[in-house]
Amino acid sequence: MLSRVANSIYWLNRYIERAENVARFIDANYHMTLDIPESASNQWQPLINTTGDHELFAELHGHATRENAIEFLAFERDNPNSIYSCVRSARENARSIREYISSEMWEQLNTFYLMMNAAASESAMHIPHHFFVDIMTSSHAFIGITDSTMNHGEGWHFGRLGRMLERADKTSRILDVKYYILLPSVDYVGSPYDNILWAALLRSASAFEMYRKRHGRIDPKKIAEFLLLDRNFPRAIHYCLATAMISLNLITGSQRGTYANRAEQSMGRLLSQFEYSSMKEIFDFGLHEYLDDTQTRLNDIGDEIHDIFFSPKMAGAS
Amino acid sequence: MRFDGYDSEGFYDELFTADGVARPGADLLIERINSLPESELQRRQIAAEKALLNLGITFNVYSNEAQTEKIFPFDIVPRIIQAQEWQVLEKGLQQRIRALNAFINDVYNEQKIIKDGIIPAELVFSADGYRKPCIGLKPPHGVWCHITGTDLVRNGDGQFYVLEDNLRCPSGVSYVLENRLIMKRTFPMVFDACSVQPVTDYPSRLLDMLQEMAPSGVRSPVVAVWTPGIYNSAYFEHSFLAQQMGVQLVEGNDLVVHNGEVMMRTTTGLERVDVIYRRIDDDFMDPKVFRADSMLGVPGLMEAYSKGRVALANAPGTGVADDKAVYAYVPEIIRYYLQEDAIINNVPTYACWRPDDCNYVLENLDKLVVKAVNESGGYGMLIGPHASAAEREEFSRRIKSNPRTYIAQPTLALSRVPVLTDDHFEGRHVDLRPYILYGKENIYVLPGGLTRVALKKGSLVVNSSQGGGSKDTWVLNETGEQSPESSFQMQEDI
Repeated sequence: MLSRVANSIYWLNRYIERAENVARFIDANYHMTLDIPESASNQWQPLINTTGDHELFAELHGHATRENAIEFLAFERDNPNSIYSCVRSARENARSIREYISSEMWEQLNTFYLMMNAAASESAMHIPHHFFVDIMTSSHAFIGITDSTMNHGEGWHFGRLGRMLERADKTSRILDVKYYILLPSVDYVGSPYDNILWAALLRSASAFEMYRKRHGRIDPKKIAEFLLLDRNFPRAIHYCLATAMISLNLITGSQRGTYANRAEQSMGRLLSQFEYSSMKEIFDFGLHEYLDDTQTRLNDIGDEIHDIFFSPKMAGAS
Repeated sequence: MRFDGYDSEGFYDELFTADGVARPGADLLIERINSLPESELQRRQIAAEKALLNLGITFNVYSNEAQTEKIFPFDIVPRIIQAQEWQVLEKGLQQRIRALNAFINDVYNEQKIIKDGIIPAELVFSADGYRKPCIGLKPPHGVWCHITGTDLVRNGDGQFYVLEDNLRCPSGVSYVLENRLIMKRTFPMVFDACSVQPVTDYPSRLLDMLQEMAPSGVRSPVVAVWTPGIYNSAYFEHSFLAQQMGVQLVEGNDLVVHNGEVMMRTTTGLERVDVIYRRIDDDFMDPKVFRADSMLGVPGLMEAYSKGRVALANAPGTGVADDKAVYAYVPEIIRYYLQEDAIINNVPTYACWRPDDCNYVLENLDKLVVKAVNESGGYGMLIGPHASAAEREEFSRRIKSNPRTYIAQPTLALSRVPVLTDDHFEGRHVDLRPYILYGKENIYVLPGGLTRVALKKGSLVVNSSQGGGSKDTWVLNETGEQSPESSFQMQEDI
């Protein structure tokens, strides 16, 4: 397939996944802050930090409040990672490959964008819970429509590759920022707020119910393990990497355990690290350091994918 | 809503012969609309617009920063054309395209028509669309212009006239197909009752035609549609046609000339392209041959083309024949190459480079429509009767300083159609752009084409860039029998 098309479908999926994650962050945080006392409720700055855009935020708004945090994360046009910007970028990418994707995918994304645009003209504070649910549902609908209307060929795999890398990155960021914010509260384990905060973290990753089924009681170490190493939970980093690896292997035609290019080599290395790591080793290494390293390596894999498959300078062009 | 109070105000109306009297073939439609419950028609109009928005059937507006995409306004009352009337138009268009292709081929090769004194050499060579690098090119089967969109208008006398030929990258066919789809969705009963010739097979015919052009020896040709990109005003159409044909949509950056072949950059390396339906102007195609500053083009493309390694539709240089000054000569061009009289007339045209014509134009600016020969999209026009004295003065100055670049035509009483306004019907002026495909042997004319409507009351300008809208165009079947939309009608003559 055309390199440009592969690039667009990859980014289209990344942007949709990003929008969905930001919507979930805001929604979970919003509900959490309604449950806890005011003093403990300044959970908006850490949320901004989770997205990695704290410098831009400080420049635009300074101190984080509920209002400006939601505005920034949901609607800010100057924030390339706001829900608004992500949906718009996803749609621009889709528009540039409209002939390639199914018309059902396009129509879903276009109505998603129109819905987003209509909401963006309203004040952020009047945006009800169902707006964020709509964003998440639209994203899920897009993934479902993609899976059932598009050939599961090269293009589909590039899309899934993008989505899984984005999701792995976002899960690692949630865990990285929140874990350290919440950890001091381990001192008063058993207080009702403690459970609320940890449950909110799990909800930020849509992981609460699945975690309960898997591990039962709320335990920070188990939560970290669930979001990092679980093999079956679709937002766990391990799951994302394993799925991304399958797509990458199918794109290049490599056998599992072998590699045809640097992206595949790096990804295989990162995946096997997750496959053969224990939580004890991760904590010994340092959870933050481990997550930081994972994020750096995910970025590198993204760059390598770009150079190998999408760069217009590739393929011996004269 | 009913047609009871509809007033055609003395104009030729496409649906009514006189106030309240339907034209043959339109009666069924009018009856149906009159029998719809109150506000049902408006409801369907709104549903149709919503569908267009959700489907993202839009065009880009350059000047407007906030909203760069707009839906092309669409009126759900169709325009109807009788079968017999259509047959004449179809023959006339085929004749015209055949002659124009012979002309293009001639001016870039033997130039017989110039040597025989039919058309002045300086007129041809000074045409905006004339391209020196095309001299000596011999496209497969002698066809240069494979895709044409010819603008027709109907005058107050009820006759159709050719307003202009669009031989470069005519757009709008996607709206014809989408309008039809929307009409069938929102108006199934009325559509069902009338017997309308199908348009949906256009993409298959376009693909067949493109594949026929492939360089000899290529077994399963790789076809691509070439777009300047998502910011082009016709991007929707480029993408739509590629999708409907199931071929690649490429941008300049996707293409490269490698070992004399045109290749696409893919995730697994370079892959050859055999046929390119280009929707990008000549000037931007190859920076080595045309504009050196083109960022959209593919260096070396023209060399590959001239060596027959890749086919281009339309060929570069076709614009020489849609110059508004050359237009004035088309009746002679038809006579010269085909020894026939033109079946569809030109609008009488005064060419300002002829001193007598120029004087007449300058003296009658208040009665004429003046057009700059190098402009399109409704720009560079003076509509004399509606213009102010200052505007006429300005055009007078422009014409005197450069007569070659202006033509003038009498103001036509363009025919009208009823359109849905808030709560009643009003007449609006229309034109018609049928689409013509010139293949190896056949010339296919899409039955109907794009009916463009001037949405502003009294306006004669129908271009989308000037706020025009569109309607579905129904060419009725001769027999009056139902034909399924998917039926495949074979071309008989040619």
